[in-house]
Amino acid sequence: MEVTLKILRYNPETDKKPHYETYKVEAERNDQVLDLLNRVKWYEDGTLSYRRSCAHGICGSDAMRINGINRLACKVLVRDVGTKITVEPILGLPIKKDLIVDMEPFFEHYRAVIPYLVNDDPPPQRERLQTPEARARFDDTTKCILCAACTTSCPSFWASGQYVGPAAIVQAHRFIYDDRDQAGAERLEILNDRMGIWRCHDIYNCTDACPREIEVTKALGEVKMAITTGKID
Amino acid sequence: MQHQYEVVIVGAGGAGLMAALSASKGAKTAVLSKLYPVRSHTGTAQGGVGAALASEEEDKPEWHTYDTVKGSDYLGDQDAIEFMCEEAVSTVYDLEHMGLPFNRTAEGRIAQRPFGGHTNNETGKPVRRACYAADRTGHMILQTLYQQCIKNKVKFFDEFQVLDLVINDGKVSGVVAVDLDSGEIHTFQCKAVIFATGGWGRVWEITSNAHSYTGDGVAITLRHGIPAEDMEFFQFHPTGIYRMGILITEGVRGEGGVLLNNEGERFMEEYAPTVKDLASRDVISRAMYLEMQAGRGVNGKRYLHLDVRPETVNKYAKIDGRTYPDGTPYEVTAGDILAKLPDIIDFCRTYMDVDPVTQPMPVQPTAHYGMGGIPTDVNGQVFADETDKLIPGLYAAGEVACVSVHGANRLGTNSLLDIVVFGKVSGQHAAEYAQGVDYVPLPEDPQAEVRRQLEHLTEGEGTEVAADLRKEMQEVMFDHVGVFRTEEGMSQALEKIRELKQRFKNVRAGDRGKIWNTDVLEVWELGCLLDLAEVTAKSALERKESRGAHAREDYDERDDDNWMKHTMAFMNEDGVELKYKPVTITRFEPKKRVY
Repeated sequence: MEVTLKILRYNPETDKKPHYETYKVEAERNDQVLDLLNRVKWYEDGTLSYRRSCAHGICGSDAMRINGINRLACKVLVRDVGTKITVEPILGLPIKKDLIVDMEPFFEHYRAVIPYLVNDDPPPQRERLQTPEARARFDDTTKCILCAACTTSCPSFWASGQYVGPAAIVQAHRFIYDDRDQAGAERLEILNDRMGIWRCHDIYNCTDACPREIEVTKALGEVKMAITTGKID
Repeated sequence: MQHQYEVVIVGAGGAGLMAALSASKGAKTAVLSKLYPVRSHTGTAQGGVGAALASEEEDKPEWHTYDTVKGSDYLGDQDAIEFMCEEAVSTVYDLEHMGLPFNRTAEGRIAQRPFGGHTNNETGKPVRRACYAADRTGHMILQTLYQQCIKNKVKFFDEFQVLDLVINDGKVSGVVAVDLDSGEIHTFQCKAVIFATGGWGRVWEITSNAHSYTGDGVAITLRHGIPAEDMEFFQFHPTGIYRMGILITEGVRGEGGVLLNNEGERFMEEYAPTVKDLASRDVISRAMYLEMQAGRGVNGKRYLHLDVRPETVNKYAKIDGRTYPDGTPYEVTAGDILAKLPDIIDFCRTYMDVDPVTQPMPVQPTAHYGMGGIPTDVNGQVFADETDKLIPGLYAAGEVACVSVHGANRLGTNSLLDIVVFGKVSGQHAAEYAQGVDYVPLPEDPQAEVRRQLEHLTEGEGTEVAADLRKEMQEVMFDHVGVFRTEEGMSQALEKIRELKQRFKNVRAGDRGKIWNTDVLEVWELGCLLDLAEVTAKSALERKESRGAHAREDYDERDDDNWMKHTMAFMNEDGVELKYKPVTITRFEPKKRVY
């Protein structure tokens, strides 16, 4: 079948502002949108630029807006979105070129939440013990691949790029609820900020956008509850 | 632009990040990576990391060592294998201390599952040795190591692609990289370089590997006269999603899944009567190929079924007499499958519209892992040739390196183990080395070669299309330098690759800009892939025996008298020159490999 691909293009070396270009490409039902972008790049226009790597939804390189919804280009198939496909860069981060945005502000928010295990006790000879139940408590948020689909689908983040955003809070959640960690209170304090978790208004775009099916809004709700009650459980 | 760091690490997957953590403790260190670190291919590893922790049943590093030697079809260097398997236990505990969220046993210990080729050496039965975090163990390793790098304030140059190594007077002097964001070329003067750039599965048509897996590190070192070791040994993982190649972890079979042909027969009973579906990967890929050759592919096509439906798992667990460690019969529910293999279920639903809980998965062998690579010693130091001569300051670790711990065939879970063990050791060693030496002066114009290469690709109009060449290379390599090989097929492939290399001279990038010119770099990467394809085909053609992943129809037996040796391939003006070096055998005399 023939697919019409409308792509928001921007080359800072030649363009004053972003504009749409339309391409017609042959496709099969089970082709990924990434396959279609590759077809344009490889056979029609080598200047089309986007990030990609693993091509099966794990590396998180190719988050983009596909028909208005944040998706990974390698995890959306033609059969999911039909034959008229609009592809734009994710919102809220500066466009570098075509579908490539500046990820640095996103990673800055990530780094701000102490995104690593803090435990100052000397480690035992073998592993620290953890019950399967304690491990399950934070399982969902360990799935995050930092693709930014959630954060850049959030109207609060669009309104202010200073907002730490759902991805960073998901990362904080992963450690706050890990019973081996000792910096939960410190993270809650960081998130209990004007640009922290209270910018979240339960809009659920993040949950819909997550390609890993993390219950993002639920995780954020748990963090809010922990701040309110002062209890992590 | 010019920078100065004592140790520069190229690549930020598991090996690169582990090296960064250890090197940065003793030396001024920078990590250069063409991807954001968390995008690295380590993140796609699924099933587990091997270590004889004995969390759930008796196990010991000696058994792990023997299994790895046997798995390597006796081509692995036994001193290196023993070192890796001994280090495995403390290294996995280190990962846990860093925060890695392993699954847990009821007692709170790190959970372990069976994997192909890992056995109790006394009974010959599969042993639980793969330490896992659901079916995203690689993802958790990558995330955990990156988190630790943030904690330890490791210096990163993200989205900097290294295109050349600078060697002066036989010693490492630096690397040259392009900053993708600006297109500017940077020189990094350094005392030591650690290549941790991963593999080159994109040489083949059906592969589990990322688009970015283009063998940059091996290609760069080959161009500096450094040999590539054992390149003919490339692993085809038995279970890739049909036509797409996306990996379905061996953990599926560890949890009790079985392979079935079009008649619903569990054919591995024929080929590996003791461990059946948990034989090592080369054995299973060959069995699948033979089943399909005999017309037993499903629906007359070139795929077979991988079945992990609870009723199938329970049926065969009963036949095999499989039990839990406490002796109760092994039995799973749909819920267990969902909990232990969530990503696999997701892949199958997303890409095939197949639900593994109620339907079997269509699978075929997929190009997965390079056992060969840049030759190193156990400290990660790179050999200059087929002798013991080293290149001062040059290191390699992870898939790009050939220590050799995988020999002719790697066991599942040993790649994650390899990256953490040898990443750490090479980082430590490079930092110590850097403490004892001065910087080697850079030559007058260290960027000249990179500029020449990039200018060539952006000058005038091309008459050939990179994507066409890449496709032709991938097809011929999959057809003729794949699971089974013949003299005729490999000669044909080699001839074709040489033709493609000639045509490659007439490829130009369409993008002539500076900012984010991924087009020119994709073409440059195709040049790397073509070099590696040639070296692989030539190394394979000359090895007149069958061993591990190198299976020839015309020489179908292993030949220890003539071929118990490592191939060392050098690339020069006239093509590829092959030399050989002996295998290190310490404890285990080669014997016939039966599973």
